[in-house]
Amino acid sequence: MIPAAFEYERAESVDQAVQLLGEHEDAKLLAGGHSLLPLMRLRLARPSLLVDIDRLSDLEYVREAGDTIEIGALARMSDLATDQTLWKHCPLLAHVCGEVGDPQVRHRATIGGSVAHGDPASDPPTALLTLDAVLVVRGPSGERTVPAKSFFTSVFETDLGPQDVLTAVRVPKLASGTGWSYQKFHRRAIDWAIVGVAAVVERDDGHLKRAAVGLTNMGSTPLRASGVESALAGAEAAPQALAAAAEHAPEGTAPVSDTNASAEYRTELSKILVRRALEEALAR
Amino acid sequence: MAQVKERYVGQSVKRKEDAELITGQGRYTEDISIPGMLWMSVVRSPFANARIRSVDLSKARVMDGVVAAFSGKDLAGDWAAPMLMAWPVTEDIKNPPHWPLTQDIARYQGDGVAVVVAESRAAAADAAEAVEVDYEPLDPAVDMEAAIADGAPLVHEDIGTNKSYTWTLTNGDPDKVFADAPVVVKERYVIQRQIPNAIEPRAVLVQPSPAQGEFTMWSATQIPHIVRVAMTITTGIPESKLRIIAPKVGGGFGSKLQVYPEEALCLALAKRLGRAVKWVETRSENYLATHHGRDQIQEIEFAADEDGKIRGYRCRILTNMGAYLMIITPGTPLLGAFLYCGPYGGEAYHVEFTGVFTNTTPTDAYRGAGRPEATYAVERTMDALARRVGKDPVEIRRINFIPPFTEPTPSPGGLTLDSGNYAATLDRALELAGYEDLRKEQRARREQGTVKQIGIGFSTYLEMCGLAPSRVLSALRYAAGGWDAATVRLLPTGKVVVIVGTTPHGQSHVTTFAQIVADDLGVPVDDVEVLYGDTQLAPLGMDTYGSRSLAVGGVAVHRAAQKVVAKVRKIAAHELEVAEEDLEYEGGRFAVKGAPDRAKTVGELGFSAWTAHNLPDGLEPGVEETAVYDAQNFVFPYGAHICAVEVDTETGKVDVLKYVAVDDVGTIINPQVVDGQVVGGVVQGIAEALYEQAVYDENGQLLTSSMTNYEIPAAPDVPEIAVGRSETPSTTNELGVKGVGETGTIASPPAVVNAVIDALSPLGVTDIGRPMSPERVWRTIRDAKEGGAR
Ligand SMILES: Cc1cc2nc3c(=O)[nH]c(=O)nc-3n(C[C@H](O)[C@H](O)[C@H](O)COP(=O)(O)OP(=O)(O)OC[C@H]3O[C@@H](n4cnc5c(N)ncnc54)[C@H](O)[C@@H]3O)c2cc1C
Repeated sequence: MIPAAFEYERAESVDQAVQLLGEHEDAKLLAGGHSLLPLMRLRLARPSLLVDIDRLSDLEYVREAGDTIEIGALARMSDLATDQTLWKHCPLLAHVCGEVGDPQVRHRATIGGSVAHGDPASDPPTALLTLDAVLVVRGPSGERTVPAKSFFTSVFETDLGPQDVLTAVRVPKLASGTGWSYQKFHRRAIDWAIVGVAAVVERDDGHLKRAAVGLTNMGSTPLRASGVESALAGAEAAPQALAAAAEHAPEGTAPVSDTNASAEYRTELSKILVRRALEEALAR
Repeated sequence: MAQVKERYVGQSVKRKEDAELITGQGRYTEDISIPGMLWMSVVRSPFANARIRSVDLSKARVMDGVVAAFSGKDLAGDWAAPMLMAWPVTEDIKNPPHWPLTQDIARYQGDGVAVVVAESRAAAADAAEAVEVDYEPLDPAVDMEAAIADGAPLVHEDIGTNKSYTWTLTNGDPDKVFADAPVVVKERYVIQRQIPNAIEPRAVLVQPSPAQGEFTMWSATQIPHIVRVAMTITTGIPESKLRIIAPKVGGGFGSKLQVYPEEALCLALAKRLGRAVKWVETRSENYLATHHGRDQIQEIEFAADEDGKIRGYRCRILTNMGAYLMIITPGTPLLGAFLYCGPYGGEAYHVEFTGVFTNTTPTDAYRGAGRPEATYAVERTMDALARRVGKDPVEIRRINFIPPFTEPTPSPGGLTLDSGNYAATLDRALELAGYEDLRKEQRARREQGTVKQIGIGFSTYLEMCGLAPSRVLSALRYAAGGWDAATVRLLPTGKVVVIVGTTPHGQSHVTTFAQIVADDLGVPVDDVEVLYGDTQLAPLGMDTYGSRSLAVGGVAVHRAAQKVVAKVRKIAAHELEVAEEDLEYEGGRFAVKGAPDRAKTVGELGFSAWTAHNLPDGLEPGVEETAVYDAQNFVFPYGAHICAVEVDTETGKVDVLKYVAVDDVGTIINPQVVDGQVVGGVVQGIAEALYEQAVYDENGQLLTSSMTNYEIPAAPDVPEIAVGRSETPSTTNELGVKGVGETGTIASPPAVVNAVIDALSPLGVTDIGRPMSPERVWRTIRDAKEGGAR
C-alpha cells in the first residue's frame, strides 16, 4: 500500500500539462486520483512523474452550447449528479454519475478521469457511448475531437496518446419526451457494475423511433448493443417486442469471468437488464 | 463524594468512549512514534507451496535508508521456541513448528520469508521489493477433501499426512438411536472461509531499553496478557522484562485474538538492533497474513420420530486449519462441538472433527468461533426435518425445544445449561416480525407469480460463551485458564479507579464496568474510571474474546467492588461505634439500623482509610481490592431470529426485507450497548450468508485479495434490524449476565439462508450454497427449473 517513488508537478494550465507529459517518460496525469492512486499503492502503476491537473478549476463546468451540453473534464461526479442543466437535457448522464461508487468517491472522481481510465466496468463511459458523446482532446499538435464510439479501444486503453489531455465531453441534448434508463446490477451499493445497461428511446405513437442501448462490463470496452438496436428499429413499444429485442443483447459481447460473476451469468444478466432498461425508459 | 439514588445498571448510559473516538483523539498503535524508530517490512511468499532455494538480500541491504535485512535462516538462532499453539486438542495432534519466518518451505501465499528494516516505511517497502528469493514451486494442497485423499501433496512433508487431529464426543448410544429411529435426515453443508476485516489493521511497535534488557510492545491486539506469555516462550525474553500495551484497538472479531509472527519479529529485531521497530500491516497483507475464519465441510444427521421429535444428533466435520496451527487454530471449531443440537432435546449425540492442513492462510477464531458453524448445521437441518415430516418451521422448533427452566439443566451435547425459555423468544420474534402478514404477502406473490418472491427463515439458536471455567478448559486440553481479574481502588477524594484484565477493542467496557461499580459503591458513573490494556497496569488478565468480558471479567469487577464495600463497612462500624451487623448499606451509604441519620458514605470512608488516623485495630490503610473470578460454568445466551427476504427470481439477487432478533443475554447492563452488539453481529452474519467468501484458485492464490472483490456490505446494503429481547438471569454468576458479543453472527446466517430456500421452495429448492451471491441463486433457480422440466 506504499507506492513506488515518483516525481510530482502541479500543472497551472492544460498546455503546461501537455508539455510536462512530453518531458518525462511514463508521466501520468492525476485528476481525482480515485483510479490511479489505488493502482499506484498496489504498485500496479509506477509512473515516474505525476502531473497534477486536479486544481485546474476552469475545467470544472457544465455549459449549454446550442444543441449540446459541454462538460469540463474535471467536473466531479457529485456535481454532475445534481447539475440542473444536465438533469434537464441529459438526465441519463446525471443519473449515471450519481451511481458511481459512494459519496466520498463521487466528490473526488472526475468525468475526464473516468473516461480516460478506460475501465470497461465504469458507468459514465457507457452513458457517453449511448448518448453519442464527443470527446475533446488537447495534445502537442493542438485540439481534436473524437467520437465516443472510436475512443475506447481496449481494457484501460483509449485513443489518448501519451501527451494528450482530455479537456471536455460534449453530449447532444435529448429531445424532450425521450425515455432513458440505466440498470446497474451490482452486489453492494459501492460496487462497480457486474453488468450495466443504458438505454435511450424516442417513441412515435406506440412505436420506437430510435433506441440506443449501451452495455457496461460486457467486453473490453463499453459496447453498444447493436443487435438490440436494430431489432428495435420501428418496433412496437410493447412488452413482447422489447423482450424479443433484449434477447439480442449478448451479440458481439465478450464478457469476462471473475469472482463476482461468470461470463455465462453476465450474458444472461445482459438480456434481463436490457429488457428492464427498455421497459423503464418507455415508462418515463 | 457525590451521592446517587438512581441505579445505572439497566440504563443506556452514553458511551464514555465515544467523545475521544469521534473527535479523532483515540491513539492507536500506528499513532505512536518513538524518535529513531525503524520500520519493518516483511517479504512474503507469492506461492502457496514452494521450496526456498536461496534468499538474496544484497540489493536490499545497500539501498538508501536500509538498516538491516534478514532471511528466515539468519534469524533461526533468535528463537527459543516456535510460535505458541496453546490448544493441542488431542494427545496425538500433529503440530509442526511454525517459525516467525519460514526457513525452508513457504507453505501459504503470504508466509513470511524475510524481513527488512529501514529508516522509513517507504524505504522498507522498496527494500522488501528488492529482496530476491529463488523459489522452487511445489504442488499445493488447497481443497480440503483433496488434501486428505491418497497421494495429495503434503503441507508438512515430515508428518506424512495432512490430518492434524481427529476429535470425537459421544453422549448416549447414537448408533442404537439412529438404527431404531423411523426418520433420519442427512445433510451436507459447506461453511465458506471468511477474512476478518477489522477497521484498524494490525500494528506493532517495540521499544527496547537495552541497558535494562527491557522491552515495551504496543500491539493492536485483543490479548496483551497472552501475547506476553507467548512472546516469552518464543523469544526467551523474560516475562518480567516484557510489557505489552494494547492502546486503542480498532476492532478484532477474533483476528487479534492471536499471537503473530510480526510481534515476535519486531521484538527480535529491536533486541538485535537496539532501536525501536515498528510494523503496520497493509490491507493487502491483512488479507494474506492475518488469520482467516470458518471453513468447514459438515455432514449432519438427525434421528427423529415420525412427528419430528428429535432423538439423536450425529455429525462429521472437516475443518480447515490452513498451513500452520496458530494460537487456538485446532480448538476453534470445538467451541461449537457441544452445540450441534441447538436448544433442542434428544438422547444421543455424536460429533467428530478432523483438522486438515492445507496450503492456505491459517484459520483461527472469528466472531462466534465454532458456534456459527454449529448453529448453521442445526438450523438448516431443522428445516430439512420439518420438510421431511411435513411440519412448519415454527412447529418443528416448538416441539423440540427443551422446556423452560430456571435451574441448571442438561443438554444432549453434554452441557449443563444455566437458564432458558426458548419458546418465549420465538413467540416474541413472531410478534415483532408480523409473521402472519408476511405469510399472507408471500401467498399473494406466489399466486400472482411476481418476479420478486418472498421467503421467511428462522434460526432459534443456543450458544455457549463466557470463556471459560478453567477446569473445563483443562479437560479440553487448553493450555491456560479462563479466569479474569479486576481491581477497584478508592481514591482519597472519592473517585474510583477500576483496573481490568479484559481488553476492550470496541465492546464498551469503560462504560458498562463503570455502571456496575457505580451501583455497587453508590457513586456517579462519571466518577468511575476504567483502565485496561497494559500488562504493567493490569498484571492479571486473560483478555477479551469469546463473549467473556462481562460474564467473567464483569463478575470480577463486581466482586472487587463488593470487597471494597466489605472493607469500608469495617471502618463505618468503627467510626459510628456500632457492630457491623447493625449497619444497613444502600446506595453507597452505611446507616445505623433504626437511626438513619447516623451514617457514612463510601467516599467519606475512603478518605478515612487514606488518612488512617482512626482505623480499627489491624486494618490496613487505603482501599484497593482485587478479585479474580473463575466461573464454574459457561453462560448460555439464546434467542430467535427471523429473516424475511425478497428474491429476484430472474437475476438471483436477494434483498433482506426485514430482520428480527430477539435475544436473551441474561441481565442487561446497558441496553444500547447490547443493541449495538446484536446489530453489528447480525450484519456480519448477513454478510456471511450473502456476501463474504475467501476464494483460492487451484494454485492456492487468493483471488479475493482486496475489498474490491471480497464483498463486505456497508450501511446501504443491510436493512434496519429490529431488536427485541427477554431477560432470563443466568444462574452461573451473581450478576445474572450472559455474553452478547457473538450472538448476532452465531444466529443470523441460517435465518437468511432458510429464508431464501423458503422463497424458492415452490420450485422444489431445498438447498443452496453460501454465500448466496446473485449468480449462485440464479443457478439454483435455473437448475431447479430444469430439474422440474425433466
Ligand atoms: C471505492 C471506489 C468505487 C468506485 N466505484 C465506481 C463505480 O461504481 N463506477 C464507476 O464508473 N467508477 C467507480 N470508481 C472509479 C471512479 O469513478 C474513478 O476514480 C474515476 O472514474 C476516475 O476519475 P479520477 O478523477 O479519480 O481519475 P484519476 O484516478 O486521477 O485518473 C485515472 C486515469 O485517467 C488519467 N486521466 C485523468 N484525467 C485525465 C484527463 N483529463 N485527460 C487524460 N487523462 C486523464 C490518469 O492519468 C489516470 O491514468 C470507483 C472508485 C473507487 C475508489
